[in-house]
Amino acid sequence: MKRILSVVCAATGGLVAPAGAWCLQESPMAWEGARILTMDGEAIEQGVLLVHQGKIVAVGPAESVRIPEDAVRRDVSGKVLMPGLVCTHSHCGQPNGGDRSGPMHPGVRVLDGFNVRHPSIQKAQAGGVTTANVMSGSGHLLSGQTIYVKFRDGRTVEDLVIRGESGEVLGGMKMANGTNSRRDPPFPGSRAKSAALVREKFVAAQEYQRKRKAAEEDPEKQPPARDLAMEGLLEVLQGKRVVHHHTHRHDDILTVLRLSKEFGFRVVLHHVSDAGLVAEEIAAANAPCSIIVVDSPGGKIEAKDIALENGAVLEAAGVLVAFHTDDPITDSRLFFRSAALAVRAGMSRRTALEGLTIAGAKMLDLEDRVGSLVPGKDADFLVLSGDPLSVYTKVEETWIEGERVFQRSLEADRVFAVGGVGAGDDRVFSGCCYGPEEGADR
Amino acid sequence: MKRSSGVFLGLLVTGCLVTIFGGSASAQEVAVRGRVVYPVSQAPIENGVVWIRQGKIQAIGTSTEITLPEGIPVLEAEVVTPGLIDAHTVVGLSGALNQPHDQDQLERSAPMQPELRAIDAYNPRERLVDWVRSFGVTTIHTGHAPGQLISGQTMIVKTTGETVDDALMVPFAMVAATLGPAALSNDKGKSPGTRAKAVALLRGQFLEAREYLRKRNAEDPSKRPAANLRLDALAKVLTREVPFLVTAQASQDLMAALRVAREFDLDLVLDGAADSHLLLDELAAAEVPVILHPPMMRAHGDGENATMETALLLADRGIPFAFQSGFEAYVPKTRVVLFEAAIAAGHDLPFEATLRALTLGAAEILGVEERVGSLDPGKDGDVVLFDGDPFEYTSHVTGVVIDGRVVSDSLR
Repeated sequence: MKRILSVVCAATGGLVAPAGAWCLQESPMAWEGARILTMDGEAIEQGVLLVHQGKIVAVGPAESVRIPEDAVRRDVSGKVLMPGLVCTHSHCGQPNGGDRSGPMHPGVRVLDGFNVRHPSIQKAQAGGVTTANVMSGSGHLLSGQTIYVKFRDGRTVEDLVIRGESGEVLGGMKMANGTNSRRDPPFPGSRAKSAALVREKFVAAQEYQRKRKAAEEDPEKQPPARDLAMEGLLEVLQGKRVVHHHTHRHDDILTVLRLSKEFGFRVVLHHVSDAGLVAEEIAAANAPCSIIVVDSPGGKIEAKDIALENGAVLEAAGVLVAFHTDDPITDSRLFFRSAALAVRAGMSRRTALEGLTIAGAKMLDLEDRVGSLVPGKDADFLVLSGDPLSVYTKVEETWIEGERVFQRSLEADRVFAVGGVGAGDDRVFSGCCYGPEEGADR
Repeated sequence: MKRSSGVFLGLLVTGCLVTIFGGSASAQEVAVRGRVVYPVSQAPIENGVVWIRQGKIQAIGTSTEITLPEGIPVLEAEVVTPGLIDAHTVVGLSGALNQPHDQDQLERSAPMQPELRAIDAYNPRERLVDWVRSFGVTTIHTGHAPGQLISGQTMIVKTTGETVDDALMVPFAMVAATLGPAALSNDKGKSPGTRAKAVALLRGQFLEAREYLRKRNAEDPSKRPAANLRLDALAKVLTREVPFLVTAQASQDLMAALRVAREFDLDLVLDGAADSHLLLDELAAAEVPVILHPPMMRAHGDGENATMETALLLADRGIPFAFQSGFEAYVPKTRVVLFEAAIAAGHDLPFEATLRALTLGAAEILGVEERVGSLDPGKDGDVVLFDGDPFEYTSHVTGVVIDGRVVSDSLR
């Protein structure tokens, strides 16, 4: 497909801005005149962002960045540029995980149950979300392996996943405690039983790990038979897979910390309704928190005290804080609003903006690739009409790896930003990219 | 929230000293000063003052025009508006915990029960009432939720009071109905199972009520029918004493509501109306007001065409509309109407049109514009104080006054 496009680009000169993004990768692209929130140090007024071949080449004040002669230049004076947003907890793309046959499914992958054409993905692009941890639900103690994705315009899930150095699909492990995962048998009926089931499984995984290791060290010994569930948990024990743990009530939060300590797994606490009651313990355990901001407390007992102040409280305790949409619980198009409401309730602007970007990147082990505008990182950025924390600001463009995935001025894209007929349909994908014209082939 | 008389609170808010005197003295007299006061019924007033006496607005004007009596408590704010009105919610019948004991907004034993009164189910001490009040919501139209063909009655209350009687403005405001999939049953042998059947049932009820009304008006008392709570409620709809509130999202359901209203000459109020942007001509011609779905509603199912710009489209077309928090089944358990209006403002609905829909526009649709919705002498002393643009995400509500009493001074 890219080869075909190069031909198209050649035909149109490849220099028309804003042309099809893949064309632009042929030449560097310089964004000039905007206020740039790099999320790595102070804001740059009237700065320059230089991107090439999907990566950030340079960013800085105008006088400090040399713009190559062959660069396509975009004047974005009066706009704000910032990194694409990182959502640490998303259900975009209708992901599914384990079924009702049992409470723990460490061998089940969201990768195998993800609808790449679901409109929630285009709405997320319209909201400026470029990277997400897509997870299965919280109705299980362990519902499955999550996937870290870029919301690229893709045809298959493989087009969206983020891969590690050896080509593996990156992701975490979704777990939950509290009331959502407490159900009729074979699910646990109490909190203590929930913890016991989890411990039992991790003890089995430790044993599996021991046998594997023994076989590696001694050729006489047979390795254990392959077990997908155990392999999933092994990656958790080895720290390759971070546990993303739904937890609300103060005692449930402490249970997660206790289990994390016992088995040495890395964990990000998600939702954390009662953060204010156990912020010190969370800080002492050095556990990052991915929080949700909702418009009122309640909806279920474990969230009865969820507070707009949670971001401020955790910030004050020195905890790393990111936000998440939990889309569709909150709408990816309104992700900025989550941070803004946290600021309303006392969080600092800087930490709140980090909570939409670099803090989330850290929680997904992706801070070397996304979350800030730094040379060498992926060219994932947004063009905003103004202050990111204002209700009046609009996401005008969303770019991922140097490709434009959303442009508000195009009617075909705008419908996903504001809604309307067609915003609820699965995407009709043409099999090709968008071109320099109205994006009509999307 | 109540404080003994004489307690003094000083809140330093963005460089502006907000002084709040609590207690019974303030019920008699209080004044609110604002750098900008939006009366809504007239142009904004710079350096304005609202003087409230015995719970009612005594006077409003610039600080040079109004001479306040010596020693009355004065609250100060950057921006002052009338109390906000949530034009449709279930708060008070639906509680925060979402457990059976605090969910009284929907009775599922039969599809049509217009006799169910909201006043018999409202909990004025519900936390969600406190919650919305802290964001400046002083009047709510609440009651039986969408989800049955006729779910029951609604009422209008202030967000204060320890009993429903304390809170009450209008005990029987509307009869609430729902058209569309939310009110259909999947159970075998249960009606309505289809849209057409739902409308047939509804028309049948109104025919029955019309007949009941005719007989009730019979000159010969012996020919009058026995009292029937269900038909009494519908008779009030037929006589246009109370409006018929129809929650519907899809265009075919909105059109069905217009058709039934025309057939029985009902005072129709449309609610939700996700597809209203597709029916602007029809709605304008029918002169039907719309209590619009929350702009942040989750757009799926029959609401999949919802837009965040619909308020702007209705305003441009001159269709009367108001904002609502609506009904939420899970997290968050209620929305906040201030936040919903803010999203419309963020989608280019002009500031003053947004504020009007959130105050006087809502009061007009609910029929309580004589009492609330604008800052005019003689109206209820319901005022909200802000430290900046009320619709901006990072602004705060710094105080709420209902009937001349300071009911919230928390920074929200």
